[in-house]
Amino acid sequence: MTVLRIKNVSKSFGSLVANQDISLTLDKGEVLALLGENGAGKTTLMNILFGHYVADSGEIEVHGKQLPPGATDAAIAAGVGMVHQHFTLADNLTVLDNIILGTQPLTSWRINTTEAKQRLSRLAEDYGIHVEPDKLVADLSVGERQRVEIMKVLYRDARILILDEPTAVLTPQETDQLFKTLSFMVEHGLSIIFISHKLHEILRISNRVTVLRRGQIVGEIATGDADRDILAEMMVGHKVSRPQVKHLTPGAAVIELKNISVEGKRGHKTLLDNVNLRVNSHEIVGLAGVAGNGQAALGNLLSGLQTPSAGTVCFKGEPLTDFSTRRFVKMGIARIPEDRHAVGVVGDMTIWENIINENLREKPLWRFGFLINDKACRKFAAKLIQGFDIRCKNMGMPTKQLSGGNMQKLILARTLQNNPKFILANQPVRGLDEGAIAAVHERLLAAKRKGSGILLISEDLDELLALADKIVVIYHGMLSQPLPVQGISARDIGTMMAGNLGHAATLDKGRSA
Amino acid sequence: MDILDLFLHAGFWAATLRIACPLIFGTLGELICERAGVLNLGIEGIMTMGAMSGWIWVYKGGDLWTGLLFAAFVGALFGLIHSIFVVYLGLSQHVSGIGITMLASALSFFTFRMLLPSSTTPPKIVPFQPVSIPILSDLPFVGEVFFSQTPMTYLALAIVPLVIYILYRTPLGLAVRMAGENPMALEAQGINVLSIRTGAVMLGSALMAVGGAYLTMSAFDAFYFGMINGRGWICVALVIFASWRPGKALIGALLFAGIDAFQVRAQLSSSAKIPYQFFLMLPYVLSILAMVVMARRARYPKALLTPFRRGERT
Repeated sequence: MTVLRIKNVSKSFGSLVANQDISLTLDKGEVLALLGENGAGKTTLMNILFGHYVADSGEIEVHGKQLPPGATDAAIAAGVGMVHQHFTLADNLTVLDNIILGTQPLTSWRINTTEAKQRLSRLAEDYGIHVEPDKLVADLSVGERQRVEIMKVLYRDARILILDEPTAVLTPQETDQLFKTLSFMVEHGLSIIFISHKLHEILRISNRVTVLRRGQIVGEIATGDADRDILAEMMVGHKVSRPQVKHLTPGAAVIELKNISVEGKRGHKTLLDNVNLRVNSHEIVGLAGVAGNGQAALGNLLSGLQTPSAGTVCFKGEPLTDFSTRRFVKMGIARIPEDRHAVGVVGDMTIWENIINENLREKPLWRFGFLINDKACRKFAAKLIQGFDIRCKNMGMPTKQLSGGNMQKLILARTLQNNPKFILANQPVRGLDEGAIAAVHERLLAAKRKGSGILLISEDLDELLALADKIVVIYHGMLSQPLPVQGISARDIGTMMAGNLGHAATLDKGRSA
Repeated sequence: MDILDLFLHAGFWAATLRIACPLIFGTLGELICERAGVLNLGIEGIMTMGAMSGWIWVYKGGDLWTGLLFAAFVGALFGLIHSIFVVYLGLSQHVSGIGITMLASALSFFTFRMLLPSSTTPPKIVPFQPVSIPILSDLPFVGEVFFSQTPMTYLALAIVPLVIYILYRTPLGLAVRMAGENPMALEAQGINVLSIRTGAVMLGSALMAVGGAYLTMSAFDAFYFGMINGRGWICVALVIFASWRPGKALIGALLFAGIDAFQVRAQLSSSAKIPYQFFLMLPYVLSILAMVVMARRARYPKALLTPFRRGERT
């Protein structure tokens, strides 16, 4: 039985075509996976279905009835529920407040909390999801917040559930839990649209896969007939070759953290707690962990933005005293920042200006100590644009007009051009498509071959396992002992990410035994 | 007169309550706007407009209570103008707010001059008179402080628990708070963010106007230039002082009013050695100090100042 029919939906944002003539159907009790790279139009399509956006053309039918465009309340009333990738929760309100918002008439004179709580506990029993209604959302973990989001949707009797990249922020164990819940929902007759670009998850949970590329549907396949390679090729449009990783003999230590602690702001937790870490040349150390466990503090520390409260940082054996970004860059400590839009580039400035800005005060870019040598700068920029294959119309265009991949190449070009000894790569491929990911990874591996030591911070375990020589896990500002990547599984890392850092020692013992 | 005597004098406390009234209305009005995510710097002008329009209504023969409603209506209208700029068009809340203040202040005096010729003795109305509540007003001290006030003072005190109830106990209040915390969550639950915000700004502005009207219709009997005298800005500060909580806003307003009442009396009683400007300055200096202490702990609405635009890519 068809519960949802999307007919010929198109949507553009300015000159960008986000969805072009998309049609699809969803059956009762089915899990349909929407697969596509970032920017393929998956989220836009779901935002149209849920009424956040109004489509330029096309129709949507739920249970045979046409849905009015651009009305979230109508979508909810028709039984559509959406769990947004960026949670739509208010930190300062309780779980119950977040859930019941909009469920009781605005003209009513009293919020009926007793009835709401009863309903919550009934749902909790039915679906096996537990939330604590009186807790503040600010005090919840990411996994718990997602349960609240799901509960919000169930509370409104959704029959069609949209999940937008639900596993992006979860540990493997939490993902298992989520998948269990989803199977439960399907048994209850719900239909699910599951948006993801993680192939193994799609293969595990879905019945059918629809693939989007550049706003268009490029294929559909029953999950039973698909495998990783088929899906990857459908998604990217060509065969994907992964870069070959060669483990090299590590050289001398380039960066060493010795008993480093970083205190939080007044009244906040310690950000880094007595951390020891060593990165050698010819080596990539992968740092795994759920977001918000101290990665940002570690990133800031190694970029020169943060002075440690205790402990020493040694660079090539020498302790560092002057924590300044400029000195770090000069010494050969390069970094790829986590958020390229916010801190990586200045979007409104031109490409060449962004390329030179880390080397601005060096000759020949700098004249008489206070003037920019325009000609030399453009020459410098042109060389890097060519060398790093940054695709742009001209170097005078605003940097924000670059695609994510080309923007990241710009940052790589800028940081790698003077052969740094140490590279901090903080989420270097987040939000990039497969082609750009391969390019970035290839550059990092090349730097490693040349002798750089790299600390790779990532939330994507697959990326870490594919690229790193050693893995360390961060949890509440503490680090596990480093583990060689051979013979360690995503599951092991997940256990540590959830807080059991001692698991590393057990694994290590098991290996030597 | 001894300082201690001053605090034991019922007149001091009654004055505190009277001075606090316009601040209570104004602060609650601003608080409602900001809880919905909209800073309303139009408050100074809206209070002036309320003071003028309520007074004119009565002067032209209207009844006091309908005059109050008229002032509220005019305030809501200016709230609507602010909403069109900042809620629907998503423009800078600071710029629009200041603009509203300038527009409303200037328009108040303009209208006033248009309707009434300039004269040396300002025209007057018969304002709200103190109403003594039977029995209660006979109580010593307490009776004089609390139960011999004008109806508008009782209204101000009644409106605090009402706002608390609406904000924290009704679905509408929850929606208003959510509009200030995470408007996307509101939309995701099927509620129109723009209407909630507009409604909150209009209601808040109506309260501000009533606060202004208190000055011409209850505290005093005439309207003159510079009447609001920065009370609007004090309300904006009091909202921060109160950490966006209506109960604390009441305390803040009373505190400020208490210092103000104190300085008037201290001026009169002190020897000429201390210049009177020092006492005039006192409430402002103390409120800055209080802000420094309180604002660090303030938990402001997360989406304050953030415009919400439907259907836009984020």
